[in-house]
Amino acid sequence: MNINLTLIGQMLAFAVFVLFCMKYVWPPILAAMAERAEKIADGLAAADRASHDLELAQEKAVERLKEAKTEAAGIVDSANKRANQLVEEAKQQAVTEGDRLKEAAQADIDQEVNRAREQLRGQVAALALAGAEKVLGAEIDHQRHSALVDKLAAEL
Amino acid sequence: MAAEGQTVSEYIIHHLTNLTYGKLPAGFERIGSDGHSEVLTADTWTFAHGGAEAAAMGFMAIHVDSMIWSIGLGLVFCFLFRRVAVKASSGVPSGFVNIAEMVVEFVDSNVKDTFHGRNPLIAPLALTIFVWVFLMNLMDLIPVDLIPWLLMLAGVEYQKIVPSTDVNITMGMAVGVFVLMIYYSIKIKGMGFVKELTMNPFNHPLFIPVNLFMEVVGLLAKPFSLGLRLFGNMYAGEMIFILIAALYGAGVMWMLPAGLLQLGWSIFHILVITLQAFIFMVLTVVYLSMAHEDH
Repeated sequence: MNINLTLIGQMLAFAVFVLFCMKYVWPPILAAMAERAEKIADGLAAADRASHDLELAQEKAVERLKEAKTEAAGIVDSANKRANQLVEEAKQQAVTEGDRLKEAAQADIDQEVNRAREQLRGQVAALALAGAEKVLGAEIDHQRHSALVDKLAAEL
Repeated sequence: MAAEGQTVSEYIIHHLTNLTYGKLPAGFERIGSDGHSEVLTADTWTFAHGGAEAAAMGFMAIHVDSMIWSIGLGLVFCFLFRRVAVKASSGVPSGFVNIAEMVVEFVDSNVKDTFHGRNPLIAPLALTIFVWVFLMNLMDLIPVDLIPWLLMLAGVEYQKIVPSTDVNITMGMAVGVFVLMIYYSIKIKGMGFVKELTMNPFNHPLFIPVNLFMEVVGLLAKPFSLGLRLFGNMYAGEMIFILIAALYGAGVMWMLPAGLLQLGWSIFHILVITLQAFIFMVLTVVYLSMAHEDH
């Protein structure tokens, strides 16, 4: 319990340790802690920003999707229209072609009929003459009567 | 555990005696352990054998054990926290860095709550006080006989390993704080400090002597309460540890109760040593904050 030089010694040691702490211990630790606090705050802010961005992106994506759907529907519509049109055109063409073919066939048929008629006419004339010869029993002047029979045949 | 042929009171006194190195005045009669006495013819610097010689040395003596333990623990504080200061980064802290940062943050928030001025000294001062006093108090939890006994085997006669049970140590710190209080009072307030001492609480020239007396007593009470509170608490705690240790020597049947007592007191003391370190720190900050506040 004696007060002695220890008191002075302790005061000196106290001063030295406090100065040491003030110079080499406190500032770096506090600086590191402040820096970390800032870093964490930045990180949180970045996370906030990122979640906000994500929300925006999601909204945008939904919008895009809607747009794409509308566009696709439009494309399908126009494709349908075009298909119908093509079918119509094809039908039209087919009808025209059919008509044309029919006409050609009709023309062929007419031609054939005419030809057959001509042949028939010639044969009718000859037949008629031969028949008449038989009936009359006489020869008929071919020259004279053939014109008559031809005329007759032409009337057939 | 009392040594052979030692009474309990001798044991206790032995434990409460510092290893003192000092100047014995000329004419002092030294009595050796063999009863042989010798009268000194000149001032002699030597280690004191017992309390009587230490008392005769007066002020010109130093408690070697207190100084070594106190400075050693201060160095432990500097080493540990300097390492943290070097390692600390904005990355993820690990290991002891976590603990140190917790302490630093705790001290910092306490200082910020109490001290509103701007002074780069206050927070490091508070940290040093808190950790250093805590470490000094922590020595109290080491079994009282262990280190003194080991050193006794090595030939060191006295050893008190808890520096904060030495009034010189606690008062040394308190006086250090007092010097800072006076310094900042004068620096910040200037003449306001004189006015505070003379014109309070009775604001009339006639009352200057009364005011001065009251204010000076109040001012001086601060370092005394600061230093003696820590000393008293730690000294009492140490004393109880010594008494419990003495109980072991009372016989085999006292071993169990003594063990239980020691366990209980140690657990309670963990609270006490932390609390005392905290109180010393907070009061220092409060006193310095008062020194900074101009009315």
